Formats: sequence, structure tokens, C-alpha cells
Amino acid sequence: MSLLNFLKRDADRHTVLSSGHVVPDSDRCVQCGICSYNCPIGIDVRAHAWRGEPVIHSQCITCGECVARCPRGVLRFEATDLFAKGEA
Amino acid sequence: MRYVIIGFGVAGIAAIEAIRSVDKEGEIVLVGDDPHGFYSRPGLAYFLTGELHDKALYPRTANDFKKLNFHTIRGRVTRIVRDQRVLEIEGKSPLAYDRLLLAVGAQAMPMKVPGAELEGVFKLDHMEDAKRILAHVRRGKTVVVVGGGITALELVEGFVSHGMKVHYLLRGDRYWSNVLDEQESKIVEHRLQEEKVQLHYHSEIVEVTGQHGRVNGVRLQDDKVLKCDLVAYAIGIRPRVDLAKQAGLAIDRGILVNEFMQTDDPNIFAAGDVAQAYDPTTGTSVLDSLWTPARQQGRSAGLNMAGKKKAYVKSAPFNVTRLAGLTTTIIGMVGRGRDEDLVGIARGDSETWRKLPDAIVAQAGFDINRLRLLVGDKTLLGAIVMGNQKLSFPLEKIISDKVDISPIREKLLAPNAKVGDIVADFWTKYQTATVTQ
Repeated sequence: MSLLNFLKRDADRHTVLSSGHVVPDSDRCVQCGICSYNCPIGIDVRAHAWRGEPVIHSQCITCGECVARCPRGVLRFEATDLFAKGEA
Repeated sequence: MRYVIIGFGVAGIAAIEAIRSVDKEGEIVLVGDDPHGFYSRPGLAYFLTGELHDKALYPRTANDFKKLNFHTIRGRVTRIVRDQRVLEIEGKSPLAYDRLLLAVGAQAMPMKVPGAELEGVFKLDHMEDAKRILAHVRRGKTVVVVGGGITALELVEGFVSHGMKVHYLLRGDRYWSNVLDEQESKIVEHRLQEEKVQLHYHSEIVEVTGQHGRVNGVRLQDDKVLKCDLVAYAIGIRPRVDLAKQAGLAIDRGILVNEFMQTDDPNIFAAGDVAQAYDPTTGTSVLDSLWTPARQQGRSAGLNMAGKKKAYVKSAPFNVTRLAGLTTTIIGMVGRGRDEDLVGIARGDSETWRKLPDAIVAQAGFDINRLRLLVGDKTLLGAIVMGNQKLSFPLEKIISDKVDISPIREKLLAPNAKVGDIVADFWTKYQTATVTQ
């Protein structure tokens, strides 16, 4: 498998827009708060990152601002298992 | 039971959370003299560049703290009286403890040249320093930055983002020579030059010159003078061991602790930048100045203080940072020797990174996206991932978990090996195998 295909395996914004969420890797997070600061909805993404919990929040629009802005690659999109298993 | 924690950093907060997870009733007192309380120290870099407002750097609200049910004493601890288990705090009544955690962090090494006390000379240790710097930055003015590691570049980037003319002085012939290899240093230096940063190699400040108490230039070892409005330095950090030293606790470069984060006094624990923790990988006790180990150590200390035995198992230290705007992950052992620009270690740094034994290097990419692997006999000892970070997570796991890489070792070391592809492929198979097991 080429590196390109490997990279493509990662769910992107379009895949998860309706059926996924943002998942943190708390070991990478230094709680700087850029994610929460840039969330247009005002979700405290940083608190999720501290607890290592996915951002499952009724108001999250998976716009990807937090994922894109995080300077440490803490956040990534992941398809929600229930409906989207295998699609990502 | 009264638990006392000295220090408002992440190790202290993690310890409080851990204590509360075990002991709902015990009294917890947090003591510290930092007027800003708990904030993200690494986030100061983004505050300096203007990406963040300072208020965004505080992860917790008063309400969050209320739930943890502890109280705070603002003040400087001047002495630990061990035989009475009491702390002396400046201007306050003595405070008795049953279990004590020293999570007092580290502080910047001072720049010891004439003129270092002039107004306009800065370090980047804490929130107050960052605010002072931002009160002095002006577009078009000139600053001289000295030092190494991540903090020096955070300073450089901060000044550049405010439109200042930056001179960056290096004592040797390249940046961060005991962590990065020559190619990586060059990539960083090239990017700095693209940002119009003027690099000066083999340069050292011998005097900061000034007029009316304010900086107006620096004199270098060859008598060359650089005119400037500000000077900023990041030449390393030093764990704050004074209290422990006065109390007669065992110290080396930091406070020595066992795997339970316990000092040689069973009632006193240490965690975070001030602690020198045992590293099973190298068989030595090492200093880290990294957020995640500080949090893990704090958690481990808290659990042990509350009577729940939990060893701190040091994993391969890693940091994800931006070097001249380029996202870079440093994992495990990647370099060796010493760097002339730093005394000891810096913030966002680990002594383990420099403990590289004999290893063979596999590398790929010579432009922005670069990958360097330190290949041991059966495992990967370390890695540096610059630019594209997709392999950063798999490599962190492969190195931390000491995954046997024998199946790909030869492939990695073959001439012109597509190192990235090989690792990606290996990781996919490894994950599949682990899931199906």
C-alpha cells in the first residue's frame, strides 16, 4: 500500500460531516485552548481532550475548525461506528 | 488526612484529580505564588504570535475547581519542616501536611552577561513574561534572540509575527545540534531565513549595552555590535529544587523520586519539571520538561499519596511542536551530545532525546516533509517527523510499545528505501494483526 493510500484511509471532513465526530489524543494535548477558542459553536473541545473523550455534542457541526487549528495534531475525525462502519 | 500540593501547574492539578478519584473526604490544599494559577504554559507560544487571547489559556473555570473540593493558599513556601510535617509560608500561618507534593516546576536559566538586568531583556518563563514581551513589541523594531531548543524559536516566531526585525544568535554552526540532524537543522534555519530572520552563527553575546537603563544593543565576542531595542533569551531551564534541598531531600539535577513519585521522605512526593524520574529504557533518572509526563507523574503521585499504589511508567518522551512554522514530532531517542546554545535542557524538552546509543538511521524526504528513524536491533529507538504528520501517531505507538520491527528492518535500511511507505504498510498490518488476536 502506498503512503498516499494510507493517508486517504483517514476519514476526512466530508465523510464524517453527517455521521462522525472529532476524537482527541489526549497524550498530545497541552491544553492551549486553540480548539475551544476557534469553535464557532463555543463547544469546550479542550475539556474533551483533557478527558480523552470524543466530541459527541448535539451542537457540533463537524466544521473541522478545531481539527485544522490544533497545532499539535491532537484532534482527528472519526466516523461514528453505528452507521458508518467501514465507510471511512 | 491533609494533602498539600505546592505548584499550580499541570502536575499539581493532575494530582488533585487523582487524589479525589480515590479519597472524597480528605482535605486538599493547593499552595503557590504564581498569580496566574493554572494555565497552559506551552500555549504561551500561541499567545505570543497572536493566535490566542491570554484568557483562552486557562483550561479550568472556578466552577470546575469547586467540584474538586480543594482550597488555595496564595503565597511562597519558604521552608519544609520535615520532622513536624509543617510548611512555612511567607506572611501566612504554618501549614501542617500528612502528604506533600512538590510540583514547583522549573525556571529559566539566567543570562549572565553585563547588562542582562537592563529594561528590554526578556525570558519566556511564564504568563507574566509573555505579557511583558507583548507590551514591548513594536513593528519595525529590532530584537536579538539567543539560546536554543523550542523556546528560542517560540520567541523568534513571536517577534516575527509582530513585524519585528529579528537577529537569532547561535553559538555553534547549527540549530539544536543534539536533537536534530544537520539536514533538519538546515530545514529549520532555511525557513527562518525565509521569514527574514537574520541568523548569526558562532556568535555569543558578551554584553548587553544600554542607555538610560534601556537596551540599545549587544556586543558580541568578536566585538561586533548589533543595535537592537530588545533582547530575549532561552538558554535552558533549571528545576526549582531549592525547597527540597533545604529540606535535605535527595536531589541530583532535579528531585530524585522512585517509580511511585516518592522522594526519600515517604510523606513527600515530587512530580513534573522538578522531578527526576527513573527511565527504565536507559536505566537512569532523567529530567523531562514536557506536559504529558508532568500530567502522568502528577496523576501517579496523587494516587500514591491517597494510598493507591500506582507506578509511573515512563514511556518514550515525545513532543509535537512547530519549528519555524513546521510541525515536528520528536519521539524517543534521536540525538546525543550537547548543544552549545543550551545549558542542560529547555522547556518542551527531554534528556532522553539525547540518549541515543548506536543506531542506524533510515530517512526519507529532504524538503519540507522529512522522516528520520533511529533503527535499533529489533525496535525503533526514536523518530523525527517533520511536515506531514500522518505517520507521527503510528510511530509514537511503535516506539513507545517497543514493537518488534524485525520484519521490516532490512527493508528500512535498504538504499533509497521508501521509509514512509514501509512504516505505513507495517502499521496497517500490525493493527490488523492486533485487532484479530
